Amino acid sequence: MTVMTTPGHPVHALLSRVTGDAKHAPSAHSTLDVLWILYDRVLRVTPGTADDPARDRFLLSKGHGPAAYYAVLAAKGFIPAEWLDDMGGWDSPLGHHPDRLLIPGVEVGTGSLGHGLGLAVGTALGLRAQGHLDTRTFVLLGDAELDEGSNHEAIAYAAAIRLPITAIVIDNRSATHGWPGGIPARFPDWGVSVVGGRDHDEIERALRAVGDRPHLVVAAL
Amino acid sequence: MRQTFIDTTKELLDADPRTALVVADISAASFRDAQRRHPDRVFNVGIREQLMAGVGGGLALTGMRPYLHSYAPFLIDRAYEQIKLDLGHQDVGAVLVSIGGSYDAAAEGYTHQSPGDVALLDTLDGWTVHVPGHRDEVPAMLRDAARHDDRVYVRLSEQENSRAQPDGGGLRALRHGGPLVVAVGPMLDPVLEATRGLDVTVAYTNTPRPLDTGGLRSLMRAGELVVVEPYLKGTSAGLVSEALSGLPHRALHLGVGRAEVRRYGSMRDHARAHGLDPAGLRRSISEFLG
Repeated sequence: MTVMTTPGHPVHALLSRVTGDAKHAPSAHSTLDVLWILYDRVLRVTPGTADDPARDRFLLSKGHGPAAYYAVLAAKGFIPAEWLDDMGGWDSPLGHHPDRLLIPGVEVGTGSLGHGLGLAVGTALGLRAQGHLDTRTFVLLGDAELDEGSNHEAIAYAAAIRLPITAIVIDNRSATHGWPGGIPARFPDWGVSVVGGRDHDEIERALRAVGDRPHLVVAAL
Repeated sequence: MRQTFIDTTKELLDADPRTALVVADISAASFRDAQRRHPDRVFNVGIREQLMAGVGGGLALTGMRPYLHSYAPFLIDRAYEQIKLDLGHQDVGAVLVSIGGSYDAAAEGYTHQSPGDVALLDTLDGWTVHVPGHRDEVPAMLRDAARHDDRVYVRLSEQENSRAQPDGGGLRALRHGGPLVVAVGPMLDPVLEATRGLDVTVAYTNTPRPLDTGGLRSLMRAGELVVVEPYLKGTSAGLVSEALSGLPHRALHLGVGRAEVRRYGSMRDHARAHGLDPAGLRRSISEFLG
């Protein structure tokens, strides 16, 4: 099992620049490992292809706490590392929630919860209508974000039309009332993988799975 | 108007591979043949209006031109945050086509009415708002909207004038005289009847956003103005005031009242209840002009 806590990983120093806090372990960032595996091993997108119509799409629905996202984008060359030093500043393109108009490589501006899945469904439909049949669409949510009812409109419709998007739910049990019966039970007729949220090889295997219906990857922490 | 929308949108779907249609059960049956012809571009998401707007945003992000359609209260009121964020905040557009509007669905009650749709869109940036007064004014609006990526709202109604007005984009004077009375969309016929014999200028527009401020200034007479809108009373008051800044004037804004009527009946009954029938308009306008 590969984990992010390996000292000296290039993302660590970048992450500290965002948070201004060298003491906090990367494990404080629930999305970090999944984001790294997405950009390091799975997504077919680079700074050079960030506007290519056929690029893979990644939508961060859970726009809260984007430090890990920004650190990964910097590590992969989408944004200069210097941007990380002033998150939320007047002159900074990096807000406490990401804005697609300000940050290269960011597909959607999010922050208000429950918007990414619907946008992902529309994105996948638009790509298919234009013949980009190999382009994949990923969307990342938090388990508490599933409280928002709008998600369930998208979950049901994606299953009904067997739309092959991949939704990742980072489950750090932060939903106030929990999800009795488990998160996969909220995604009827989706393919499901439940993986350790820090296990890089497990995460990669689950994200690489391609089928003829939507796929849920629960990254448990 | 609804049938004109259905026919024109089908033509657009056939002619332009960029066009997509998203509906939420309302009118879905009328588009079934189009869905068979274009299964990759015509979607019925079920009774899910938030998703309809989100899907519209996603389609637009990939370069498609989505048309979204439902009853105004479901299309606009219910999905307001999706319209704000999934379209505006992403800096993408869509064409929103509503039916029902203010009180077309009189017997259905307040749940099926949206007098505040235009006011809600006025809180957001970059929306063109079309309020056709006749079905023949609709096709050009829908076709023009296919040629760009901006945010467009087309508010269809069962209230209709007896004839279509060509070139209703800017303010156009149809009767020349004294103080200006502006009629938006289907308010034209009631306004013409209400002002018969009065010394007023009557001007028409079916595109209240962006407001034709230049036209408004040039048509002002005697510093007096009446605006008659088929949606929430005073929706245009702020914009009108801004457009006329520096010009001393008195203005009267007529439209649908805020208070729920809590009666059923027909749209004619509701027009009367809100003072938007010819007799009610005549009373308000005469009293204002003195």
